[in-house]
Order: sequence, then C-alpha cells, then structure tokens
Amino acid sequence: MEFQSPRHSARRTVKNSSKLKSEYPHSLQLYSVPPNETIGLQELEDWAVERLKVLRAIERVNLSKNARFSDDWKNALKNDLQKQNLNSWYQLSSSIKDEKMDELICKTRQKDHVSHFLLRLAYCRTEESRRWFISQETDLFRFRFSMENSEDIRVFMKENKMNFQPIPEEEKKKILTKLIHAMPFNANKIDMVEYYKVPFTEALDLVRHRKVYLQAGYAYVPNEELVSIITAMFRSHLSLAMALTMRSLPELEDDHRIRRLLNDFDKRYTGQDFNALQNKSSGAAITPEMLDGLSKQSYPLCMRHLHETLRSTHHLKHGGRIQYGLFIKGIGLSLEHSLKFWREEFSKNMDIDKFEKQYAYTIRHNYGKEGKRVNYSPHSCIKIINASVGPGENHGCPFKHFDAAVLRQKMATNRVPQPAIQEIVDLVTRHHYQIACQRYFEATHNTELDSGIQHPNQYFIESQKILNGEAKEKPKGAHKVQTIRATLPAKVEKPDTTDENDEILREGKDNHFLIFRLHGNHRTNTRFQHMIGVTIMYT
Amino acid sequence: MSEQSEEAMLTYYKRLFPYGPYFRWLNYGNMKEHYFHNREFSFTLPDDIYIRYQSFKDEAELEEELKKMKPQKIDLGAVYNHRPKSHRSITNFVPMEKELVFDIDMTDYDDVRNCCQGADICDKCWKFMVVAVKVLDVALREDFGYQHLLWVFSGRRGVHCWVCDDAARALDQSARSAVAEYLQIIKGGEQQNKKVSFNHEHLHPAISRAAGIVGHHFESMMVEDQDILGNEEAVKKFLLMIPDEQLKIKLEKAMLNYHDSISRWRVFEELTANTGKTKRQILHLKEEIMLQLTYPRLDINVSKQLNHLLKSPFCVHPKTGKICVPIDPANVEEFSPETVPTLSQLINELLELNSESLGKDGKSLKEYERTALNPSIQLFKKFLSNLESSWRHKRIIASDAKMEF
Ligand code: SF4
Ligand SMILES: [Zn+2]
Repeated sequence: MEFQSPRHSARRTVKNSSKLKSEYPHSLQLYSVPPNETIGLQELEDWAVERLKVLRAIERVNLSKNARFSDDWKNALKNDLQKQNLNSWYQLSSSIKDEKMDELICKTRQKDHVSHFLLRLAYCRTEESRRWFISQETDLFRFRFSMENSEDIRVFMKENKMNFQPIPEEEKKKILTKLIHAMPFNANKIDMVEYYKVPFTEALDLVRHRKVYLQAGYAYVPNEELVSIITAMFRSHLSLAMALTMRSLPELEDDHRIRRLLNDFDKRYTGQDFNALQNKSSGAAITPEMLDGLSKQSYPLCMRHLHETLRSTHHLKHGGRIQYGLFIKGIGLSLEHSLKFWREEFSKNMDIDKFEKQYAYTIRHNYGKEGKRVNYSPHSCIKIINASVGPGENHGCPFKHFDAAVLRQKMATNRVPQPAIQEIVDLVTRHHYQIACQRYFEATHNTELDSGIQHPNQYFIESQKILNGEAKEKPKGAHKVQTIRATLPAKVEKPDTTDENDEILREGKDNHFLIFRLHGNHRTNTRFQHMIGVTIMYT
Repeated sequence: MSEQSEEAMLTYYKRLFPYGPYFRWLNYGNMKEHYFHNREFSFTLPDDIYIRYQSFKDEAELEEELKKMKPQKIDLGAVYNHRPKSHRSITNFVPMEKELVFDIDMTDYDDVRNCCQGADICDKCWKFMVVAVKVLDVALREDFGYQHLLWVFSGRRGVHCWVCDDAARALDQSARSAVAEYLQIIKGGEQQNKKVSFNHEHLHPAISRAAGIVGHHFESMMVEDQDILGNEEAVKKFLLMIPDEQLKIKLEKAMLNYHDSISRWRVFEELTANTGKTKRQILHLKEEIMLQLTYPRLDINVSKQLNHLLKSPFCVHPKTGKICVPIDPANVEEFSPETVPTLSQLINELLELNSESLGKDGKSLKEYERTALNPSIQLFKKFLSNLESSWRHKRIIASDAKMEF
C-alpha cells in the first residue's frame, strides 16, 4: 500500500470499493490477517468505541434470562443494537444486490476488521480482560454465524479450509443406537441429521459435556453442532492471538499516544483486578484477629463458608486454600499475617513442622513468593462459579454448589429474612448466581445495588463502604449506590478452558497476524502498525 | 520412622531399579530429539527436601545420579522445549509434551466407604480401585482410541494411569481438560448430596457402559461389604440422594421395614423400577446412585495440567516401603496391594540370592529379575514391547516415505 504523508490534510480512509469487496468477501471473519489501512486516530477510536458498545450489548443480553443463542436472545440483542444505531454490525451479509448497499456493507466489514485488532491490544493485558474479550467476541461470531444461510456457511468453511465431510449412510446405520443415545436433543429426527466424523480434539466443548458419541478418538458431530466446532476454532485462534499480542505489547507502548488511547480503554472498561488491595476504607491494616468479625459483616457467602469451615475443622483442601487465601490477600492481609493465620488454624490438627513443609508453600505462592513468582489475583465470581468442586471440598460459590436446602438453612442462620431467601432460591434455580449474591448483599445490608456481584473482593469493599458510612446507607428505592465495575454476565457457561497460559505461547505456531508491515518511513508509529496493520494519520 | 533408610535406598538404586526398561520407556524410541533429556525429574530427599527440574542425558547419567542422590521419591514432569536443568537461563521455558495421566486416590472415597478412613485400606475398599481401573481403561481405549496404558500402583492406597500413545502425549492443556471432564461424572462438594445427575432420555453410551461395569460389582462391594443400608442412620444418609420428596418418604417407610442392607436395597430397586417413567428427575435414579457411590473419583487437576508432576513407576513409597509396580488392567482383580513387594523384603531376597545362587547359571538374568519384583518387570516389558512395535511401524512408514523420493 502507498505511503501517505501524515501532513496530508484530507482523511482518506477508504479504498475504492471494488478493492474492498475483494478483500472482504464474507461477512464472517476469523481475523487471521491484520488490516492494511491508513486511518485517522479519531476514526480509529470511534470504531473501537462502537465495537465495544456491541460487545457490551452482548454482555448485557447474556445477563438477561434468555437462553444463549435462542431466538429471544437474538432478538433482544438486535433490539439493543438498534437502539444504539448499531444495526450495521450484524447486517453484514449482502443478500441485497444493490451497489450502494454493497459499498456500505464492505465498509462495515472493514470497520469490523480494524476495530477487532485495535481492541485486541486494549484487552490483552490481564487474564481477566482477555477472558472477557474472547468470550464476547466468540459470542458475537456465533451470533453472526447463526444468521448466515447454509450456502454462505459452505462458502465460508471452504474459504477457511474447514473440510468436513458427512459420514456415509451405512456407517451411520451401524452405530445408530449409540448416536441416538448420545444426542442431547429429540431423537425423532435422526434421519434428517447428517453426522461429521472429526478428531475429538476438534470438538473439545462437545466432548467435555458428553454431547457427542466418541469412538476410537473420533467424535461424531451432528450438523447442528457444527457451529460449536467452528466457534471453538474461532475461540482458540483468538486466544492464541491474544497471548502473542500481549507478548509484543511492551514495545508498542513506547508510543505515548497509543499508550494513552489503550490505557483509557482499559480504565474505562475492564475495572480492577483486586490484587492486594489495601483496606483503604478503614485505614487500619487487617489482622488475623479481625477476620471472624469481618467474615460475619462483610464476607460474601462463599468466603464466609470457607472461613467457618476452616475454623471448625482446622483444615481446607487445596481448592479452598487457594480461593480463600487469595481473597484475604485481596482484602489486605499481609503475607506474614496470612502465614500466622493459617498456621494457627492448621496446627490445631497437625504439628507445625508438617504445616511448614506442606502448606506454607502454597501461601507464599499465593503472594508470589514461590514458583513462578506471579502475584496471583483473587478469583472472580465467574472463576469461582465455574470451578469444579469434588467430594470433601468446600470452595466454589454457595449459590451454585450448595443444595437448595443447605443454602436455605445457611441463609436463615445468617439472618436473611424469609422472603429474601425465597427470592434468592428462585434466582438460583434459574442459574442467576451472581444476581442471587447481589440480593443476599442487599438483604444483609439493607440497601440496593446497581448491578450484580462480579467479584468477592468487590462485595467486601462495597460492604465496608456502607459499614463505614462512606456510601450512605440507603433505604430501598433511594438513589442507588455506585458500583465500581462494568457488569459481567451473571449467567455463565463454562468458560473456555484454554487458559491463556504459557502453553499457548509455544513458538512456531502460526503467528502471521504479527506480520511486519512497513509503511514508508512513517517512523513514529511503525510499532503500532506491526501490531494492527494500520497506519495512523495524526492530523 | 517414616522414611526408608539411606542404605536401603542405595541398595535399591544399585541392584533393583530396572534402569534398562525404564529408560526404554521414557526415551520413546528416540523418535523425537532430546525427548529423554528434556524430561523433568524431581526428587524428594530425606527430610522432605524437594528438588525440581532435574534432567539427565541418558540412562547412564540417570543411574549415576540416582545412586548418588538416593531420592526417597521420584516424580516425573513434562518434556520441555529445553533442558530442565538449565531452565533458569532460558526465557521461554515451556512444557511441550507429557503422558496423559490420571490419579485416583482412596482418600476421595471417604464419604462412601465404611470399612476404613484416610490412609488405611483393606481388601474391601480396594475394590473401588478395581472398578476405577476397569471403567477408565475401557473408556480410554474405546472412546479415545488409546492403546498404551500403563497402570501403576501408587504405593499405598491408589492407582495412576499413564497414557503413553504419541497422540496422547502431544495433547495440549485444553484437550487434556476436556478428556478429564468427559471422564469425570461426580460433581459437587460437601454441601451437595446428589453428585451425579443425568436428565436426558437416554444415558450417553459412555455412561451406560460405566453403569454396566459398576452394576456388576455394586451389590457385593457396596450393599454387602460396605453395608450401605446397614442401620437407620445409613438409610437416612442414602436417602439424601433422592431428589424427589414423595419418593423419599415412601422409600424411607418401606426400607425401614427391613433390617439388612440387601433387603433394603431390593426395596429400593422395586420401588424405583417404574417411577422413573413418569418423572424425568428420577429417570436414571438407580444408575445415578450406583455411579455416585462407585464411579472413579479423579483428581482432575492432575490430568488437566501439562506440567503437573506425578510419582514415577518403580518408586519406593517412602511410608509403606512398597514398590510402585505396574498393574495389568486385564487382570486387575487379581492384584492386591497386600502382596506388593516391599523394599525390605526385596533386600532380604537379595541376601539369600548371594548365598544360594552362587556359581549357578543365571548370569543373563538381572538381579531384580530373580526377586519378587520380577513379575512386575515382566509386565512392564510386555507393555514396552507393545509400545515399541508401534514405533517400529512408524519408522517403516517414515522410511518408505523417504524411499519414494
Ligand atoms: S457470587 Fe461471587 S461473591 Fe457471591 S458467593 Fe458466589 S462467588 Fe462468592
Ligand atoms: Zn477398607
């Protein structure tokens, strides 16, 4: 592409439309190659903000009670987008054969492409924000996918080299009963269903939930689940890309304009990670003796349960030690205090020696003093809710992991009024765990919150604010308490388990999205170009 | 004394440890460069001193080091992209491959066994392990197509499985976690009574297969041995798993008319035989309960993580002195932890060996092959020769491919 002088006053952002059309032949994109454009900083930011609005709309709709990707869910999302004048973000298919329309659609596809790459930068920095971004982006992809017709899907799959072939009729007949028994849906229409035989590693989400029949390493995927395979590919592409983007970020941040732009995004939209927050509201440092009192006043139920279990049994299994250990670090307990606290409790059941050898390590590890020396962040609700909890274990989220009867009893003991208990149990049966937690907060603090609880440490801080009179205690209906974070979905599906860990940072995997592109001698922002492939004009 | 003496460990590493076969295993036919050399070993030395990131060039270096360090315990980790020993000097040090592993420990069964608790085991509760091996072995083979499964006694109260197929060793973290979750059906912590629920009309083929295996053992191991309905309190505990209130009341009344586990179990079977047809929630109740009580309880974090360490086969268990020997999954019922040789027993055998077999032929046999360890070594070698034939096959394909050019 031609080098454009930054002094050029006119913003020429769009290539001629036929070229655009050939570059964006399809409404769905895997975003494997960065864009190659010249775009003004302002426009770039506008596009990114628009995309963010779309992602936040998805997040909002996920909070509603509609089952994900059901028709109601889709309509709710469309409504939300229409209200904000963002319809173009899902009307990307050019079934309408009209020159004008075509041009508009291609431009939107370009906008889609560029804004995606920009947001990657803003959201690659912490595990939490990566997870959030990947999850919304994957939903957006799946939403758009669901609106394509089968012909378009075929073209898309072919272009992206996804060559799945249905199994022949005889093969299907041979294993018919097994296929029927593995079907999560009604078996009546089995005749109509086409099956694709793929290596099980390409259908991990289906395998994980036992939604497919497996034989000798192959998964038999019915055509209506194909979308889940393609979505999974999208997701794994993206998490790999995000991990690599993060690695290249330090170089990029040299450019202060970019840094400002990104920082801004980060602050506005991802919130904090609650790592080792001092308990600023009380001013005094937290000591182990204070925990009993605090657990009654300000702990969310998950942590209160762990605290009480620890006090009564003098032990917690690994999952509990991590979940609770990070939480108390987050509320401001120092490493020394933390060691003292665990030691005192554990040593009621074992000799100190054994504690020092077997358990002190994990505690120091939580504080980044052992192992990889990462200063781990306290777990968020989503992480806790999705944790697997086994026999003998006490971590997890009570709203998700307790039997209703046990939950009722626990709440009654904690003096939650009966009507609130009922309301909370109803929310729980509909899987709205975080909203249930919010009601619990409201019932025990006699106040109202704007949004759901997303983090146990957020819960704690909110509670302390109220108890210390920082936020005025408000009777129901009065002006609402400010919350500190954007909402995250209350109803969550299993998150992607491809944690953005070291493993996907393996070298040698395709990193073509980091292609180096030099645009003339436009030195000031070449680094930025490498990352997202656009040249910025500072006018 | 909870550790083995240094002297005994030295004898073990000098005369008993099967270096040859062990190296042949971890070297995997040298199909990939530095595969053995980049493998992490970690050692536990006396007084719980724990050293990670050990690595060895070859069999000779491993042998030399084991004799020198005399570790109480050896753990195996992943194969990395560089030598673990020099991991500090490498910025991008990441695990590349490892066997897919499973860890099943009897302590996770404490809420369902009445014969022992904690570290103790007996023949009655060992049956939980028998069921675990049977259920997982067939699932890994039939569903995932794996063939090279090394089952190992963990030395005290559990079993490990090392899936050694090339494809399994190359799985990434998300694939490992999907496999582990596919195989994990017991979910729920202390505050959840019903830990297994299926609400589709049919049971998934893998589940009904498992239910079949479990069903085979259920009455003898649970109803008889564990006596799960032996007294009123036990019946109450059992009934906590019934999600339907009406049914629960009905069952309680009927079961308490009888006084032994077997009759009470029969009552349960009768009363639930047809109710399921009408209520979806209890459609698979009997299977769910049998599975909750006996289905393998996996520590899935061990399986999910690529860099998780696991105690190596042929370790001496520091507390029991038993050798972590392979188990033949086809004859798992014949295996009893009671008969596993201990280090002191083997050392005694060695003493006798010297005096008795002096001058006799037997030179071709290694010393360890003349002790009670021999059957375990033979089993391990059988596993190895299957593994090796798979490489031979690959090599032939590879060289054929070259010839074509
Ligand atoms: S919703 Fe979050 S804070 Fe509340 S109990 Fe569950 S995990 Fe804890
Ligand atoms: Zn026992």
